[in-house]
Amino acid sequence: MNFHAVKAIYVFEMSRTFRTLLQSVVSPVLSTSLYFVVFGAAIGSRFAEVEGVSYGTFIVPGLIMLTVLTQSVSNASFGIYFPRFIGTIQEILSAPISSLEIVTGYVGAAATKSFLIGLIILATAHLFVPLRIDHPVWMLGFLVLTCLSFALFGFIIGIWAKNFEQLQLVPLLVITPLVFLGGSFYSISMLPPIWQKVTLFNPVVYLISGFRWSFFSEGDVSVSLSLAMVTLFLAICLGTIMWIFKTGYRIRN
Amino acid sequence: MNTIQLQKDAAQAQQQAGGETICSITEVSKTYTGGFRALEAVSLDIEKGEILALLGPNGAGKTTLISIICGIVKSSGGTVTVDGYDVSRDYRQSRSLIGLVPQEINLEPFETVSNTVNFSRGLFGKPKDAAYIEKVLRRLSLWDKRNDQIVTLSGGMKRRVLIAKALSHEPRVLFLDEPTAGVDVELRKDMWEIVRALQADGVTIILTTHYIEEAEAIADRVGVIDKGRLLLVEDKTTLMQRMGTKQIRIELQDELTSIPDGLSHYELEIDNSGNALIYTYDPSGGRTGITSLFSDLKSAGLVLCDVQTHQSSLEEIFVDLIKAQT
Repeated sequence: MNFHAVKAIYVFEMSRTFRTLLQSVVSPVLSTSLYFVVFGAAIGSRFAEVEGVSYGTFIVPGLIMLTVLTQSVSNASFGIYFPRFIGTIQEILSAPISSLEIVTGYVGAAATKSFLIGLIILATAHLFVPLRIDHPVWMLGFLVLTCLSFALFGFIIGIWAKNFEQLQLVPLLVITPLVFLGGSFYSISMLPPIWQKVTLFNPVVYLISGFRWSFFSEGDVSVSLSLAMVTLFLAICLGTIMWIFKTGYRIRN
Repeated sequence: MNTIQLQKDAAQAQQQAGGETICSITEVSKTYTGGFRALEAVSLDIEKGEILALLGPNGAGKTTLISIICGIVKSSGGTVTVDGYDVSRDYRQSRSLIGLVPQEINLEPFETVSNTVNFSRGLFGKPKDAAYIEKVLRRLSLWDKRNDQIVTLSGGMKRRVLIAKALSHEPRVLFLDEPTAGVDVELRKDMWEIVRALQADGVTIILTTHYIEEAEAIADRVGVIDKGRLLLVEDKTTLMQRMGTKQIRIELQDELTSIPDGLSHYELEIDNSGNALIYTYDPSGGRTGITSLFSDLKSAGLVLCDVQTHQSSLEEIFVDLIKAQT
């Protein structure tokens, strides 16, 4: 294992985060705070309780997931796409470093960044609404797994994208709608029966449900199913990345 | 001269060189996804401590060959070893011996010089070494710029940063892909000095260029690639002696309309002005005929004003070689 190389990539990527602190951290925290003000305080105050908690509190796990998912994907996709775009990927490819080590460096940094943002949003939420976390270890576990699996997904997008437009395409047209329709702001039990069935095809439902369970011990699907779905998604992403490096898809040809 | 003869001559010249091989390329070929055949069974041994210049027109396959050795591009066939390590199977060992200065200025624009050079050292598996990095930066006149962002540097300084990055992990083989493309004459000569100094430190250097004078100025051996084929690899001086011709231009006091009878057996031409004779001869041969020519010029009653000599440049040899292939 080339630890120096993994550390070099990780530190280099994290230093980019600290260099662009305003857009990396302040921006997602500010937009999430606005969600709390609008949905939690203004509109949410007129709603009845959902699953035994106030609406403002209910949307906290969903809001964290919304930001963590989009940040994981965009951080990791940008992290690997930018070296491809400016050509510094050549240096990575010519270094004595395995595919696994490259992925560990880039995905580790992207996941760390979104994990920290998730925690900052959680702290911010605490300022707006009363919070309780019934299963804190599971909460952290779900957060880490989600950050990792979606950072891996972002890494794939960063390899696949041929231009900046494609880089933005998946987070905008796929991730955001899936998160909004995955129960971020509602419980799927509030949907008509037919839509409850349709929404089960949305993988994000399982993430949000599991994450919400770790807060309030209530979820739309069982926690074991949620965990299995996250693990499955993680395995699919890892398999795809292994194939990318084995074939050199869009990087070595 | 045909390709087969040229390759045989190249192989013979390499055998004669008898140096220790650090990089061995055997029957390497590359066909890109679109079907373009960039390399055609290229074989080449690079000797430890030498400066080898790979010459060739744009699209000849120079960068593809370097990219395969460095692991950036996968070959379609053949093998490459660096200090005995296969670049595919033993990629960790082989790549740690290699430094690459790419053709394009590929740098993170908002990083500082120091950060980007330290990043390269870590990437190649080496622990931090502030003293060594300082030495590299000082040698390349970058020490005063170490805290500057790359985006603020001039083109020449950016090229130096690329070299610093390539040297950051103390490589034994350094590839320079068109290192002086687009840089001014002064900086180019600076680069040559740097390359010579690295060679003095025992680093083997392979540079691709289409500036013939660059190869002429610094290379020990010259390889010529065209259309994915290695046409020859030969000691630069031997090549210039073997394939180069030498001319003597003899300025005359009186105009000539034809070659005098007593001089007809020499390879002489009358210059367009009519006031000079051009004598072409093979400098590698033992007898050049110069002494008898001057004696016969005197016998023919010709009065000389001036004498100039001219030797074929590597550029002329290169152009002749490429023409012979087309």
